[in-house]
Amino acid sequence: MLAADYRGPHRVRASSKPEPVIRHPRDAIVRVTRSCVCGSDLHLYHGLVPDTRIGMTFGHEFCGIVEEVGAEVTNLKPGDHVLVPFNIACGQCHFCKQGLFGNCHESNPQATAVGGIFGYSHTAGGYDGGQAEYVRVPYADVGPTLIPDWMDPDDAVMLTDVVPTGYQAAEMGGIQMGDTVVVFGAGPVGIMAARCAWLFGAGRVIVIDHLDYRLDFARRYAPAEVYNFQAIDDMAVFIKKQTDGLGADVCIDAVGGDASGSGVRTVLGKKMKLEAGSAIALHWAINSVKKGGVVSIVGVYGPTGNMIPIGNVLNKGITIRANQASVKRLLPRLIEHVREGRIDPKALITHRIPLEEISDAYHMFSAKLDDCIKPVLYPNGGR
Amino acid sequence: MAQKSRQMIDPAEVNGWGVDADPRNDPTYPMRNRAGDTKGGMDWDRPPLQRADIEVLRSMEYNRRPAVFGTSSAPSGISGMVRRAAFGYSESDWRHWLMLLGADRINMVEGIVEDLSRGHVPNLPAEMGMGAEWRHNRDGLVRKLAIGAGVVVVAAALWGRKDHHRSHARRPLRRLR
Ligand SMILES: NC(=O)c1ccc[n+]([C@@H]2O[C@H](COP(=O)([O-])OP(=O)(O)OC[C@H]3O[C@@H](n4cnc5c(N)ncnc54)[C@H](O)[C@@H]3O)[C@@H](O)[C@H]2O)c1
Ligand SMILES: [Zn+2]
Ligand SMILES: [Zn+2]
Repeated sequence: MLAADYRGPHRVRASSKPEPVIRHPRDAIVRVTRSCVCGSDLHLYHGLVPDTRIGMTFGHEFCGIVEEVGAEVTNLKPGDHVLVPFNIACGQCHFCKQGLFGNCHESNPQATAVGGIFGYSHTAGGYDGGQAEYVRVPYADVGPTLIPDWMDPDDAVMLTDVVPTGYQAAEMGGIQMGDTVVVFGAGPVGIMAARCAWLFGAGRVIVIDHLDYRLDFARRYAPAEVYNFQAIDDMAVFIKKQTDGLGADVCIDAVGGDASGSGVRTVLGKKMKLEAGSAIALHWAINSVKKGGVVSIVGVYGPTGNMIPIGNVLNKGITIRANQASVKRLLPRLIEHVREGRIDPKALITHRIPLEEISDAYHMFSAKLDDCIKPVLYPNGGR
Repeated sequence: MAQKSRQMIDPAEVNGWGVDADPRNDPTYPMRNRAGDTKGGMDWDRPPLQRADIEVLRSMEYNRRPAVFGTSSAPSGISGMVRRAAFGYSESDWRHWLMLLGADRINMVEGIVEDLSRGHVPNLPAEMGMGAEWRHNRDGLVRKLAIGAGVVVVAAALWGRKDHHRSHARRPLRRLR
C-alpha cells in the first residue's frame, strides 16, 4: 500500500509499505478515505519530538471504511464508515474510566506522560498513522465512531482532532458569560477555539497571529477581533490596553513549541533544542491574562522543559489548565453542534490533496504557502 | 480516592478531617469524571496483552508494559543502541530526551544509507516539497537558490585563497621531515 514515510526533518515521501494486520483481538483495519495534516504533525516534521524514527507513517486525524475487525470487536463491522479519534484509549484503565481518553495507561509503553496517539512518534506509542491507504486501529471498540448518514465525511474528519481540541481549549478556559478571551494562534485549532469561546458565553473574542490570511479567516469565521503581533510592540501592554488596563479573563495558547515572535527563543528552543520549542505564545498568555485569570494550553510542547514566567503565575494567581483533547468524551456534544449548524468544520479545509503528493502537502502547510489553513490528504481517491 | 496500599495514617483519626471539603472546588471539572475513579491504583481489568514480536522499549516509570503498542520502526543500528541506552533514564531525566533526539539525527543518516543500499537515491528536493515551493513561492525559491549559490561561490573563492596560503605555509614544514 501507499503510505507516508518520514525520512528526517523536513523530509516526508509516499512509499510503498506492507499493509497492516490485526495484532490484537480488539484491533480493526481501516481503509482510509481522508486524513488531515495537523499543526502537531509539524512538530514531528521539524524534528522537535524525541524518538521520531525514520520510516514512520504519520497521521492522527483520519476517517475510513472498516475492512476487518479482531475477535473482540463487536460494535463495528466491515463496511462501516467511521471517524477515528486521535487518542488510542483502552476504555478501562484508571484514566479512561474518568473520561481522560488522551491519558490512557494501556496504550503507550514508551512514555507514561501521554497516551498512545496514531502516527505520533514512539514517544506516543510507536503507531503507524493514517496518512496511508490502510491503518491498524487498536481498541477499535472504544474510539471509532460511526459517521452519521447526514454528516459529510469532510466534517467528520475534522471531528477526530481539530474541533474537539478547539472546543476543549475553550472549555478549559472556564469561560463565564461576558468574559474576554484571547486566543494565541489562528491555525485550525486556534480558529476553532475562538469559534467555541462564543458557545461558552464569551463577551469578546480576540485572536492573535502574524499571518494576515489566517487572521482574515478567523475574523469572518469565529467571528473575532484580530491583531497581527508583528505590529505589536509589547503583547502584555497591548492586551491590557484592549481590556481597560486589567488583562483578559482567559488566554488560550493554540500555538505550541513552533511559535514565532521571539528570536532568542527560536534559537534556544527550535534551533539548539535547549528548550522544548519556543514558548513565547505561552509567555504572552501568562503575562496578558488578568490576575486570577485562566490560561488554557492546547499548543503542544516537547517533553524536556520550557522557560515560562512561573513567578507571575503564582503572583497573579493564575489557573493553568491543559491537556491533549479527550476526543471521545466530547464527540456526542460536538456531533450535535455540527447537526445544529453551530459549528461548520469543513469550512477550514483549504486544500484537498492526493496522498501521492504528501511531500508538497507538508511543505505547503509548514511554510504557509497558498493561504493554506487545513490540508487534507485523500488516499484511495477519497472513496 | 486515597491510595490505601501505602497509607500510614488513618484520616478518620485526624482532628478536623474533611470539615472544609467542598466537592465544587474541583478545577478538573468537567475534564475528569471522578465518579469513574478506580479505587486501588493499577488493579483495573486489563485488556488482553498484545504479543511482542518486535522490540518495544519501555519507559522505566511503568511497572509493567501497557497492553497494546505500535509496531512501527523497531530500534535498529547505532540509533537503536542510543535509544536503548536512553531508556535507562526516566522521562523525568533530561538525558533520556537528549539521547533520543541524538538518536533521531543518527537515524536520519541511517535512513539515507538504507535508501542507497537498496539502490534508491532519495530525491531530497522532492521529499522536502520543493514542488510546492516552485508553484506557490517561485520568487522566494529563486532568491534562496541565488543566495545559496552566491554563498557557495564566495566560500569556494575564500577556500581557494586559504588553500593557496596553506600550500605555501606547508612547504617548509614538509621540508623539515
Ligand atoms: N492538545 C491537543 O489535543 C492538540 C490537538 C491538535 C493540535 N494541537 C496543537 O495545537 C497547536 C496548533 O495547531 P494547528 O493545527 O492550529 O497548527 P498551525 O501550525 O496551523 O497553527 C499555529 C498558528 O500559530 C501562529 N503563531 C506562531 N507563533 C505565534 C505567536 N507567538 N503568537 C500567536 N500565534 C502564533 C502561526 O502563524 C500559525 O498560524 C499545535 O501546537 C498543535 O500541536 C494540540
Ligand atoms: Zn491533530
Ligand atoms: Zn485506558
